[in-house]
Amino acid sequence: MSSEALIRVEHLTRYYSGTCAVNDVSFELARGEVLGFLGPNGAGKSTTMQVISGNLAPSAGKISINGIDLLDQPKAAKAEIGYLPEQPPVYRELSVDEYLDYCARLNRIARKHRARAIDTARERCGLGEVRSRLIGNLSKGYQQRVGIAQAIIHTPSLVILDEPTVGLDPIQIREIRGLIRELGEDHGIILSTHILPEVQATCNRVQIIHRGKLVFSDSTECLEKDLNVTAFTVRFQQAPDITALQQIAGVDRVEALADGRFRIQHSASNPVDDLLEQAVSKHWRLSELTPERHTLEQIFIELTCSEEHAVTHGDAA
Amino acid sequence: MIFTIAGRELRSLFLSPLAWAILGVVQFIYAYLFLSQVETFMALQSRLATLDGAPGVVDIVVAPLFANAAVLLLLITPLITMRVLSEERRNRTLSLLFSAPISMTEIIVGKYLGVLSFILILIGMLALMPLSLLVGTDLDLGKLAAGLLGLTLVVSAFTAIGIFMSSLTEQPTVAAITTFGLLLLLWIIDWAGSSGAPASGLLAYLSVLHHYESLLKGLFSSVDVIYYLLITILFLGFSIRRLDADRLQH
Repeated sequence: MSSEALIRVEHLTRYYSGTCAVNDVSFELARGEVLGFLGPNGAGKSTTMQVISGNLAPSAGKISINGIDLLDQPKAAKAEIGYLPEQPPVYRELSVDEYLDYCARLNRIARKHRARAIDTARERCGLGEVRSRLIGNLSKGYQQRVGIAQAIIHTPSLVILDEPTVGLDPIQIREIRGLIRELGEDHGIILSTHILPEVQATCNRVQIIHRGKLVFSDSTECLEKDLNVTAFTVRFQQAPDITALQQIAGVDRVEALADGRFRIQHSASNPVDDLLEQAVSKHWRLSELTPERHTLEQIFIELTCSEEHAVTHGDAA
Repeated sequence: MIFTIAGRELRSLFLSPLAWAILGVVQFIYAYLFLSQVETFMALQSRLATLDGAPGVVDIVVAPLFANAAVLLLLITPLITMRVLSEERRNRTLSLLFSAPISMTEIIVGKYLGVLSFILILIGMLALMPLSLLVGTDLDLGKLAAGLLGLTLVVSAFTAIGIFMSSLTEQPTVAAITTFGLLLLLWIIDWAGSSGAPASGLLAYLSVLHHYESLLKGLFSSVDVIYYLLITILFLGFSIRRLDADRLQH
């Protein structure tokens, strides 16, 4: 465990009236990392985020932010956190500028830096046009952006975003993802979502939580590698000899399955063209060709739908 | 930090029509009460002139005015305090305060001061009425000050109770009705025995009215002041505990 971890969560457990919402979750995050928190509804994503942002007290476990214990020194630790809850905590009766000013004061930004902090946050979230409008009159997407601006106004080292792209239109989603990547360069970011491509687009680490337990944790790079293992299944009505298939250029491995099916794993160069040519010339009578999809979605579904699953980290990929 | 929260609380009160409506209506009723009290004094004036040690303007005009003002504030305070925490809880904006580097005490005290300063504006406007009599006559300013102090202490206790009730619920109306109920109970609690036998000492001590009456007579006793301060601190403490419990909820 490196000592310069931005946030370190150890054996975090949280009970709600007897049910265990978060069960013994441990992880850490370094500066410059974007961590995606995935999980089905009710898996404990939001609870975890509420706990690490100081909105809920954990039943057991330890959280330290930049080496500061969240429970022992809540004020110092909270100064390092920006948090956007599921519902943006905005006051409808204030204008965007008034609201950001209030947030800047709450986060103890010194008077001389305040105007610049507000300007930066406003520009980063694209709120320039609506700065003097009442938040209550803004669309959901803009309210969401105001929520994000609020979370980054004091340039915290850790930004926690709970489903930041909910309710946004596709263009705004792209902008927000861009913003998250940009922020991720010099802050640590934890974001929760159940949109899987979002994780692949923005995060460099993924964690899947299911029924309060961390069931998967890996970097997206490793994940990509796994995802790039490509294979397809073919079925011939007159099955050829397995060696004939193995000799096709680009084929790594061939597995014979039942009913004249073969599972063919290949490397970067795709052997489908060659295979088809041979199938036609040698009359194998191809009747089926299915590329195998091995995506984050598959991992996600495998992990969260099976009743019994291994809880070891990373082995599911 | 406390003043940031207090300032925003006061500002957002004035951003809603409620604050202006309350100011307008209360001012109108105060003015009516004040003028009818002045009228009474005018009618009695000739007879008072013949008496030795007759009650002065402050006794006849100000004391009843302030007594009625407190009853009116008993009705108004729940309306002002009801949304302070319950609305934040309902709109899920409390997490903004929870994740900022501020303590629960700062949140509660800030909100308390914000609401209290609004009510003090109400009282300030009320105080202007008897002070306007200075143009034509002399006033017993000490007695007037005791009355104002009493009224301020009463509303500071009312506000603390209102904030506590608001911290208990998500529904502003529920907060208003429970606050009103508790305030009224504290107001009438010593009526129980007062019809026949003298009220029990404990009930009399608990009564808000009992302590207020002596201040209105110009009697400044530390027991009364401590009573109001105790209520204020007690309920603010309860509110802080309640907000803390939000994080611990099971």
